[in-house]
Amino acid sequence: MSPRFGIVVFPGSNCDHDAYHATKHILGYDAKFLWHKDKTIENTDVVILPGGFSYGDYLRSGAIAKLSPIMEQVIEFAEKGGTVIGICNGFQVLTESGLLPGALIKNNSLRFECKDVFLRVENNSLPFTSEYQHHQVIKVPIAHGEGNYYADEETITELENNGRVVFRYSDSAGVISQEANPNGSINNIAGIINKRGNVLGLMPHPERCVDPVLGNTDGQGVFKSLLTVLN
Amino acid sequence: MYKVTVLVNRRRSILDPQGKAVELGAKQLGLTDVINVRVDKKITFQINTEDEAVARKEAEQLADKLLANPITEDFEVSLEKIV
Repeated sequence: MSPRFGIVVFPGSNCDHDAYHATKHILGYDAKFLWHKDKTIENTDVVILPGGFSYGDYLRSGAIAKLSPIMEQVIEFAEKGGTVIGICNGFQVLTESGLLPGALIKNNSLRFECKDVFLRVENNSLPFTSEYQHHQVIKVPIAHGEGNYYADEETITELENNGRVVFRYSDSAGVISQEANPNGSINNIAGIINKRGNVLGLMPHPERCVDPVLGNTDGQGVFKSLLTVLN
Repeated sequence: MYKVTVLVNRRRSILDPQGKAVELGAKQLGLTDVINVRVDKKITFQINTEDEAVARKEAEQLADKLLANPITEDFEVSLEKIV
């Protein structure tokens, strides 16, 4: 059975159609949009919180989106063990809503960073990464102004010691360095998972490197991994 | 009725790129003594109640749950009775 994806549309989401195209048209899975005012999530195995600028990024990125009716449902869905992926602005919504620890603050470069980066897969025993090899290096685009992952020392230690750092910014050889860090994230953290292992947040955009016509399909692994697990 | 002012300050230990940018601008203006610039937020609103305790409670709840992110920011709430 193919996983059924539900892609949340907030006012200001702009990667919702990318996620839909990647899952539905390229990978051939079942996919539909979930409106931010919806009060139920039905017939959905995986919720995607897509990238964009929900509510104009007013106040803080993701701060208003966390209060929308659909997020109440997403939180309940996640607490029951439902699979959730937050990409870019979706990651910011997940930290704001408390489903993931820490916060995404302004890039230390002071710039909006829009480019391909390399990621090293730090944990491939997760439902989101089983298609990758341990320490495999993948090329994935980023596009954000506030992707600088921050958390207190205790939280960082907890994430590091429990395999909860899923992706780390690296160079093409998998070397982790300050030069390979596009935004100043602590320990080059690009993506993390919650304690239970069912909620993933990442700043890079795997849905933008799924279609072969774009010349890079490194992001397919995230979605294909879910297929294996749900079956 | 109460007028509420909430100051939301990014923790001093956390990088403030906007402050850094303003500091660079100050240097461009020749103001080389200007250091430690921080760009914080001031949010004002009114609460339609005559009960100060209620006003304070609601203002603090709003600041804690929405206006500030407790992981990276602190806040200060001040109230002023208006007629």
